[in-house]
Amino acid sequence: MNARYVLKMEGISKEYYGNKVLKDVNLTVAPGEIHALMGENGAGKSTLMNILFGMPVIHNTGGFTGTIEIDGEPVNIDSPQKAMELGIGMVHQEFMLLPNFTITENIKIGREISEPTIISQIFGKSLEKLNMKAMSRDARKALDTIGLNIEEYVRVKGLPVGYMQFIEIAREIDKQNIRLLIFDEPTAVLTESEADRLLDAMRVIASKGIAIIFITHRINEVIKISDTVTVLRDGGFVARVATKDTTAVKIAEMMIGRGVEKLLDETEDSRTIDENDIVLRLRDFRVEMPGERVKGIDLDIRRGEIFGIGGLAGQGKIGIPNGIMGMYETSGTIEFDGQPISPKVLGDALKKGIAFVSEDRRGVGLLLEESIEENIVFTAMQVQNKFLHNLGIAKIYNSRAAKAHALEMIRKLDIRCTGPDQAVGRLSGGNQQKVCIARALSMDPKLLIVSEPTRGIDIGAKKLVIELLAKLNRERGITIIMVSSELNELCSLCDRIAIVSEGRLCRIMRPEDSDADYGLAMAGITTGVEEYERTT
Amino acid sequence: MSERLKSLYKAVGLPRLIIFAFFVVVFVLAGIYGLGLPSLMGNVLRRWGMYGILVLAMVPSIQSGNGPNFGVSLGIVCGLFGSLVAIELDIANLPIFESHPQIGAWASMLFAMVLAAVIGWFVGVGYGVLLNHVKGSEMTVSTYVGFSIIAFMNIMWVTLPFTSGDIKWPIGGEGARNTITLENSFRGVLTDTLGFSLFGTEETGMYVPTGLLIFFFLMCFFIFMFMRSKKGKAMSAAGANPVFARASGVDVDKMRILGTAMSTALGAVGIITYAQAFGFLQMYNAPLMMGFSCVAAVLIGGASTTRAKISNVIIGTFLFQGILVVALPVANRILSGTDLSDIMRMIISNGIIIYALTKAKGGAVNEE
Amino acid sequence: MKNSIFASAKKGIVSAVKALLSNKVVLMFLILCLFGICTTGKPLSYTVSEVFTRFGRNTFLVLALIIPVLAGLGLNFGIVVGAMAAQISIFWVVYWGFTGIGGLLLCFLISTPIAILLGYLVGRLYNKTKGSEMITGMVLGYFADGLYQFLFLFVIGGVIPLGNSSLLISGGVGVKNTIDLAGNLKYSLDNLSMLLLVRTAAVVYLAASAIAMIVRLMKSKSPDVKKTAIKMAACAAVFGLTFIPAVSGFMGTDRLLLLNAVELASLAAVVYAAGKFVITKLIQKQDVNAKRLAAIAIVAVIAYALTYIQAIYELLTAVLLPVATYALIILLCVFNRWILSTRLGQNMRTVGQSRTVANSSGIDVNKTRIIAMCISTVLAAWGQIIYLQNLGTFSTYGAHTMVGQYAIAALLVGGASVQSANNKHAILGVVLFHTLFVVAPLSAGNLFGSALIGEYFRVFVCYGVIALSLAMHAWKTVIKPKVESTRVESKPPAEADTVETAKQ
Repeated sequence: MNARYVLKMEGISKEYYGNKVLKDVNLTVAPGEIHALMGENGAGKSTLMNILFGMPVIHNTGGFTGTIEIDGEPVNIDSPQKAMELGIGMVHQEFMLLPNFTITENIKIGREISEPTIISQIFGKSLEKLNMKAMSRDARKALDTIGLNIEEYVRVKGLPVGYMQFIEIAREIDKQNIRLLIFDEPTAVLTESEADRLLDAMRVIASKGIAIIFITHRINEVIKISDTVTVLRDGGFVARVATKDTTAVKIAEMMIGRGVEKLLDETEDSRTIDENDIVLRLRDFRVEMPGERVKGIDLDIRRGEIFGIGGLAGQGKIGIPNGIMGMYETSGTIEFDGQPISPKVLGDALKKGIAFVSEDRRGVGLLLEESIEENIVFTAMQVQNKFLHNLGIAKIYNSRAAKAHALEMIRKLDIRCTGPDQAVGRLSGGNQQKVCIARALSMDPKLLIVSEPTRGIDIGAKKLVIELLAKLNRERGITIIMVSSELNELCSLCDRIAIVSEGRLCRIMRPEDSDADYGLAMAGITTGVEEYERTT
Repeated sequence: MSERLKSLYKAVGLPRLIIFAFFVVVFVLAGIYGLGLPSLMGNVLRRWGMYGILVLAMVPSIQSGNGPNFGVSLGIVCGLFGSLVAIELDIANLPIFESHPQIGAWASMLFAMVLAAVIGWFVGVGYGVLLNHVKGSEMTVSTYVGFSIIAFMNIMWVTLPFTSGDIKWPIGGEGARNTITLENSFRGVLTDTLGFSLFGTEETGMYVPTGLLIFFFLMCFFIFMFMRSKKGKAMSAAGANPVFARASGVDVDKMRILGTAMSTALGAVGIITYAQAFGFLQMYNAPLMMGFSCVAAVLIGGASTTRAKISNVIIGTFLFQGILVVALPVANRILSGTDLSDIMRMIISNGIIIYALTKAKGGAVNEE
Repeated sequence: MKNSIFASAKKGIVSAVKALLSNKVVLMFLILCLFGICTTGKPLSYTVSEVFTRFGRNTFLVLALIIPVLAGLGLNFGIVVGAMAAQISIFWVVYWGFTGIGGLLLCFLISTPIAILLGYLVGRLYNKTKGSEMITGMVLGYFADGLYQFLFLFVIGGVIPLGNSSLLISGGVGVKNTIDLAGNLKYSLDNLSMLLLVRTAAVVYLAASAIAMIVRLMKSKSPDVKKTAIKMAACAAVFGLTFIPAVSGFMGTDRLLLLNAVELASLAAVVYAAGKFVITKLIQKQDVNAKRLAAIAIVAVIAYALTYIQAIYELLTAVLLPVATYALIILLCVFNRWILSTRLGQNMRTVGQSRTVANSSGIDVNKTRIIAMCISTVLAAWGQIIYLQNLGTFSTYGAHTMVGQYAIAALLVGGASVQSANNKHAILGVVLFHTLFVVAPLSAGNLFGSALIGEYFRVFVCYGVIALSLAMHAWKTVIKPKVESTRVESKPPAEADTVETAKQ
C-alpha cells in the first residue's frame, strides 16, 4: 500500500492490431509533484495518457495489460467519466471550450450548480433552476487561483489562446476532487510570455497538492519546472529520474537512443555527388500548415543525394514538402533545376517533375474505394496524360496500358495483393505505402519527396521500403528527400539530415553524429554537445 | 456461404431488399389477378425511358462530390423554357418541314433539347459556384434553391409574353397554361420511333418504345464514356477524396462546377424526354418534387450519397417505376377505392432517401 | 438626471432599432412590407387586423421551433409530424362529437402522447443522421405525409371501420377532404373570456403553491412561509377583484380591443418599472438599473400618448384580440425563457454548441436531443390545434403540408439563423412574414392587375428566404474551420501520435 504515490501505473502494455506501442511501461507520480513525461514521436506517451484517461479508443481495440493504482487503491478506468470521478483531469491540446459561452459557463459545463423548485420536484432534477451567482463565485475563485485576471462573465469567443488554456485549467481545478492533472503539450501553442505564466500557474497548482503530469518535448522547460522526469522510447520505459539529478543533454540522449540495427546493408556506394550541383533551392520558405508551420527555411538539396529532414512532431518538417506541393499557403522562393516553382499554381511542382508521397496515406495518398491500378496511374494520367487514348476531343482511359503498368509496379515493388483490381483500402499499411510510392514513380520524377514513408509499417516492410528508396536513388539517379520522425531510418539511408525545430532549420547533421547531438538539435539547440555543456 | 450472404445483405441494405421483394410480390400478384401483365410491362418500359435521363442527371452531381442533386428543378425549368421557345417559334411546322412532318417534330425536339441544354449548362455553372460556397450542406441548400427557382419561374410563366395558342389560355386566365400539349410539336417523337409491340396490339400487348430506350441508353453511354475519360476520372476523384485530387493537381472546385453543369444540362434534356413521352409539358408546381423521385430512384439502384454508377441509374429507375406502375392496379384490386400510387411514391421515395441519409458517413459515427 | 434618463432611453431605442436593421433579411422584408402596405389599395385597418389574426394563429407554432435550434438540431423541418399528431386527435374528437373548450382540451390531451411518441422517433432518427438533421427533417416531412395520407385514406374507414360515416368520403373508406369545425371546435379557444382565464390562473396558482408547501413539509424542509403567504394573499386579492362588477364586465368579453390592450400594457409597464424600483432599491436595498426602468416607463407613456392620435386610435379600435390565444403565446414565450434557466436548458445549449464537448463533460447527448425533439413536437401539435381552431376548417390532407415551410420561413425572417433563435425573432418574424403574405396578392393585384403574381411571389419569398438562410449558415461553417479541415483527420490508431481527445 504505497500511499506515497497518487498514481502508480505498472507494467502497462498495449497492442494495436499486432503492433506493440507500449511495452511494460511504469509511471509513478507523487502528490503535488510536477512530473514530466518525455519521448519522441511514437514513443507511446499519448497512448499511455489515453489509457490513464479511459479513452474509448483503448477499449475498442483490445484494452491493455498492467495495473493502475490511485492513492494506493487499484482501479479500473474504463471511461473518461470514471477517470474524472477518480480525480484525474486533462488539459487537452485542442481546447474543449465553447466560444459562445461565458467563462463561468465553460468552467461549469456538465457540473452546473442548481436549486430545486416546485416544478423540478415534480418533473425531475434536470429542471432545477441554475444558480448563476454561485457558479460565478466558484469561477472567480478558480481564476484567481491561477492568476487569470479576467472577468468571469466574458464570452470565450475571441480570447487569445493563452487565456483559453488558463480557462481549461480553471475548469479542471474547479473540480473538487481533482488529484492529478495531465497537461498535453501545453506550451506548444503559447507565446513565450504566455508559456512562462503557464509554468507559474503549474507551480501554484502543484503547491496545492495536485500532482501534474506534463507531456512535453521542450527540454529547457522540463529542467526549469519539473521535479521528476520519465522518459519513454519506442514504447518502452527508459528511465525515471529526479530532475535535479540530470541534465538536458542526458535527457536528450535518453530520448533519442537510436537502435543499433542498420536498416540498410550497403556494400558499396558508387555515386558521385557534386556539392555545387543544386537541384532544389529553398530561400526563406514559409508554410502555413496548421500544426506544422514553417517559419523561414533555407535549404540546398544536391542532385543525386538522399536528403533527410527530421525533427519532432509539430515542429514543421512535414510542412516543407506539403508547402512545395502547394497543399498550403506558402511564401518565399523555390527553385527546382533552375526553374522557379510557384505553389500557388495547382500542380506546378508535379508538372515540373517533383513527385510526393504524403504522410497521410489514407487521407491524402489514396482513393480507398478504387483499385490498385486506378490509384497507381492517377497522377501520371492527370499531370502527364499517360495511360490515355487521345481521341482529339476526349482522352479516354487506356485500361490495357494501365493494367500492364500496374502489374509491372506490383512485381517491382512486391505489392502483396490479389491483383490490380483489388480495392486499395483492403491492403495492409505497408502495401498501401508501396502503392503510393508506385504512383509517384509512375511519373518518372526527377525529385521524389517521401514523407513518413514507414509510419505504421512493420519492420520487415520497413526494410523493403528503405531498400527500394536506396535502389531508386543508386540505379536511377532520382534525388530523394525523406521527411521522417524516425532517426534510425534517416541515419540509415540519408547522406545529410536537416533537423527542423520551431519551424526553422536547426542544424544539418551527418548520419554519424552522436545521439546527444541529435537530442539537442531536436530540442532546438543549434550548438553541438561540447559547446552546450560548456555554456550551461 | 452465410458469410457471403451476410456481406451481400450489408452491402445492399434492408430497404433495398424490401423494395426488391415488394417489386417481385407485386408483379406476381398482378399476374395472378390477370391484370394484363404485357401492357403493364409496356408501361414500365415507357416510364423507364421517360424518367431515365432525369435520374441520370444525379450521377455527375454525386460523383463530383455535390451529393444527390435535389435541385435538378433548375435543369427542369431550363428544359421547360427551351420547349416553350420551340413551341412559340413553331419549329415543327416551319415551311421546310411541310412535306415531312416527322422530321419537323424531330427538329422541334432537338432544337428544344439543344437550347435547353445550353441554358442549363450556364445555369448549372452558376449553381455550381453557389454549391462550392456551401460545401457540406449541398443537400439542404440545393433542395431549397430548387423550390425557390420553381416558385420564381411560376411568376415568369405567368408574365412572359408567349403568343402561341398552345401555350396561352384560350379564354381568360393569365400567362401560360398548367399543361401544354405537345401535339403540334414533338409529342411521341422518340417513343413512336422504331417501336414495336409484343404479345398483342399496341394497347393490349407490351409496347416497346425502342426509340426512347435507344436514346436513354445512348445518353447513358455518353456519360459512361465521360466517366472513363481523363476529366471524368478527375471529377470522380474530386468527389471521392478532394485532398487526394488536389495533391494530384486536380482543381476540385472546377470539377464540382463541371458536375453541376452536366447535371443541370441533363435535367433539361431529361424533362424534354419525359414530356415527349407524356405528350404534355407540365408547368408550375408539377416539377416541384421531381428531384426527390430522381434521388430516390438512383438510391434504390444501389447508389449512395457519395458514389453513383450508370448501372445504379438503369436498375433503380426500372425498379422504382416498375413498382409504381404495377402496384397501382394491384392495390386497386385489393383495397378498392382511391389512388394509392401517389402515397406509395411518397413513402417509397422518401423512405429510401432517409435510409441513405442514416448510412451516409458523417462525423457522427466517430463520436460514440 | 432627467436629461441622462432621456438620453439613455433614446440610446436604448436607437440601438435596438439598429440591431434590427443590421440583419439584411429583416431589413429587406421590412422594406417589402412597407412598400406592400402602401400599395394594397385597401384600408390600413384591414391589413392590420388580418395580420393580428394571423399572428394569433401562427405564433405558437413558430415559437415551437426555437428549442431545436438551441439544441443544435437546426431548423426542425420535422415539425410537420407534430401537426399530424394534432390533426389525428382533432379528427377523433370531432368524430366523437365533443365540442367547445372541452373538446379542445381533449384534443390537447390526446395529441400530447402521440406527439411525444412521434417526437421520440424523430429524435432517434436525427441522432442517426447527426450533421444532416435538416435534410432528414425535410425528407421525413414528406415521408410522414405519405404515411399520414395512408392512415386517413385507407386505414380509417377501411381497416378501422367507423359507425358514423358523416366524416368519410362516399364509399365508406377514407376521410373526406375538408372537415368543417364551425359549431364544434371553431374559436373554442379564442372564445374564452378573460375573466375565466384570470380566475382559472389564480385558482391554479393557489393550488400549486399549496401543493408545493405540502410537498416541502413532507420532505421535512422548512418552507418560506412568509414569502409564500404574501404571494398567495396577492393572488387571492386578484381573484377577489374579478368579482367587482366593473372589472367583471370589462373582462367578461373574450376579445380585447387592441386599444385596450395597448392601454393595459402601458399601465403594466409603468407599474412594473415603479414597483421594481421601489422593491429593489428601497426594500431589498440593492442596486438597480434606474435608467433602464425609467426608459421602460417613458416608452410606455409615449405609447399611451400615441393612442390619442386619431388615425392610430381608429386603427386600434378596429382590431380585436382573442385573449386566451395570446395568453398562451405569452406563456410559451415565458416557457422558452424559463427552460433556459434550468439544467436541462443549459445542457441543450451545450449540446447545441458542441456535441464533443458535451459528451466529454458527461452530458448524455442523444437523450438531450431526443428530449428537445419531444418538447418541440408536442408544442407543434398544440400550435397546430390553436391554428386550426382559429381557421375553422380542417383541410384533412393539406393542413399540415406547408406548416413547416411557413413557420421556418417566419422564424428566419425575424432574424433567426440555423444556430440561434429566440422569442423576439419569432414574434418579429411572424409579423413581417404574414404582413407580406397578406399584402403581396393585394399589391400585385393593385399594381399589376394580377393577384396570381402576388401569390406566387409570396411563395417564392418563403422558399427563397429559407434557401438564403441555409446558404449563409453553410457558408459560415465553411469559412471558419478551414484551418481544421486541412488538418490530417483520418489516421488509424496505430499512426496517431497525439493524445486522443474525446472527439474524432
